[in-house]
Amino acid sequence: MAEQKAVDPNAPALQKLMGWVDARFPATKMWNEHAAEYYAPKNFNFWYFFGSLATLVLVIQIVTGIFLVMNYKPDAALAFGSVEYIMRDVPWGWLVRYMHSTGASAFFVVVYLHMYRGLIYGSYRKPRELVWIFGCLIFLCLMGEAFMGYLLPWGQMSYWGAQVIVNLFSAIPFVGPDLALLIRGDYVVSDATLNRFFSFHVIAIPLVLLGLVVAHIIALHEVGSNNPDGVEIKAKKDGQGRPLDGIPFHPYYTVHDILGVSVFLIVFSAIIFFAPEFGGYFLEFNNFIPADPLKTPPHIAPVWYFTPFYSMLRATTDQMVYVLAAIVVIAAVLAILRGGLKPMAKIGVVIGAVLGIGALMVFEAKFWGVVVMGGAVIILFFLPWLDNSPVKSVRYRPSWHRILYGILVIDFIVLGYLGIQPPSPVGEHVSQLGTVLYFGFFLLMPIWSRMGEFKPVPERVTYHAH
Amino acid sequence: MSDQQVDQGKRTWLIASGCAGVVGGVATAVPFVSTFEPSERARAAGAPVEVDIGGLKPGEKMTVEWRGKPVWIVRRTPEMLESLKKTDALVADPNSQRKPDDITPMKDTRNEWRSIKPEYLIVVGICTHLGCSPTDRFQPGPQPSLPEDWVGGFLCPCHGSTFDLAGRVFKNKPAPDNLEVPPYTFLTDSRLLIGEAKSA
Repeated sequence: MAEQKAVDPNAPALQKLMGWVDARFPATKMWNEHAAEYYAPKNFNFWYFFGSLATLVLVIQIVTGIFLVMNYKPDAALAFGSVEYIMRDVPWGWLVRYMHSTGASAFFVVVYLHMYRGLIYGSYRKPRELVWIFGCLIFLCLMGEAFMGYLLPWGQMSYWGAQVIVNLFSAIPFVGPDLALLIRGDYVVSDATLNRFFSFHVIAIPLVLLGLVVAHIIALHEVGSNNPDGVEIKAKKDGQGRPLDGIPFHPYYTVHDILGVSVFLIVFSAIIFFAPEFGGYFLEFNNFIPADPLKTPPHIAPVWYFTPFYSMLRATTDQMVYVLAAIVVIAAVLAILRGGLKPMAKIGVVIGAVLGIGALMVFEAKFWGVVVMGGAVIILFFLPWLDNSPVKSVRYRPSWHRILYGILVIDFIVLGYLGIQPPSPVGEHVSQLGTVLYFGFFLLMPIWSRMGEFKPVPERVTYHAH
Repeated sequence: MSDQQVDQGKRTWLIASGCAGVVGGVATAVPFVSTFEPSERARAAGAPVEVDIGGLKPGEKMTVEWRGKPVWIVRRTPEMLESLKKTDALVADPNSQRKPDDITPMKDTRNEWRSIKPEYLIVVGICTHLGCSPTDRFQPGPQPSLPEDWVGGFLCPCHGSTFDLAGRVFKNKPAPDNLEVPPYTFLTDSRLLIGEAKSA
């Protein structure tokens, strides 16, 4: 048992109250650890707004979600009508609904930028691997939330989008069809599917998500924030053990983040009030038609934030499987000739490559499309171990590394654009190239991240006072 | 702590009761996972559907719902049937040999036109790729999203799979199989029963 902390009997009433609480609950201790005495590097730039903005959007989604559930009916016969009821008859219901639907897209904008920040400044590198992995798990949860939430309005896009994604699981060899049946709870997407997606969307995944967000922040505060220079600020401390390049999160970054929040809310409100559908990108026009199990809309595409991954799925045709097999052969040959492996390891590579090619030929392209799409997300988890560069931040990497990051960004945007477009032969080939580039960036990272002339990393962060 | 003797008997019982707890936990998960399976009501809703096809003119299509899925009935014209000869070489499985028990369960539909009566095509209008419902593109000739030498058929809007007028998938498309032919019976010339193959 901890000893009772002494409270000065002459202290002001408020201080006495805090003393009473602190003797029973570590309120002041937690506040100091996570805000007032959490030292963050002083050289944060624009990119560092997106972490706090992601938290803000999470709060917006939870609060608006709670209010939407008060009027929404998770029933195939009533769901579409209840959303229209919220939009037309519930006082200010349209605002709450548009906040929630715009919030979903805003979440992905903010999270993609937040992840890109981590990528360019090497924020996933030792000792922040778990911060990154918790973040990737949050991203997976968000994708699940977005997908299941999109079924709830029970419009045409809701229905057929869910139909396509659930059928992805049926492509898995042996267990696929039963798994798809278990997800839908029926032989087609139906009322049973809507009800369970509702349960997952409002309870199960948000609970997991909140836990992961807490883990993400606790892990971050344990190791300390990275910064645009990729310099460990804890390496240089003053006499009291405070990092020389650190400033307390509160009040410095709390005030700083208010600026980011203000700008974000201006843009967010402008979209809600003037373009809530955002030209069909945030709310697809076909979703204003009730779900019809007998008729697929002439063009179906997922919402914009899924389209880069969706493009990779579409790119995986029979021809693409041959390309993948060729890549496996090249990789195996390179590993044997240049990898400096032991004889046993070489035999292992050969066996692995033969098995891989065998599997590629045996299972249908549809399954490999699912593997490619899933792999595009899963590969992010391995980033801390794929990057072999001696420096963290892009600032001190060879300049041509920036070109690679640029290619990745353009590739991601092009894949996203193609995923929105109807299928076409040219688009198919471009997205096949894009898929190879995307995986090439990550899978070849252990090699390219070591290459080139690295610049000297400064001892202290670069910071110019205003 | 380290100089204390480990009580082996107690440890054995701790491990045993821990394992028993895990078994109990897993057993409890079974009913919860089972609730994800289709309910008895969903299982029961698979009765055959009777359709009147008397009003269907040559070249027309009608759609009926069977087990929650769209079933198409197309009354093909002689030109449409003629086009199947051209597509024989272009489709992935011209003779319905792949997964015959799932895709083409009735033996007398495993032919070029994939139907009992060549004039009437009856297929489940769900793409075998990811379950979208393809759209009609009966008009031959070049058009958006289709090849120049298009002879008429179906196009899946989701991933661009194309099918000929017998529901046979063209080669090198995302869809692995032909459209499913449901079991059906002609009760009379104009009355069709979908969902049950009665031997004549």
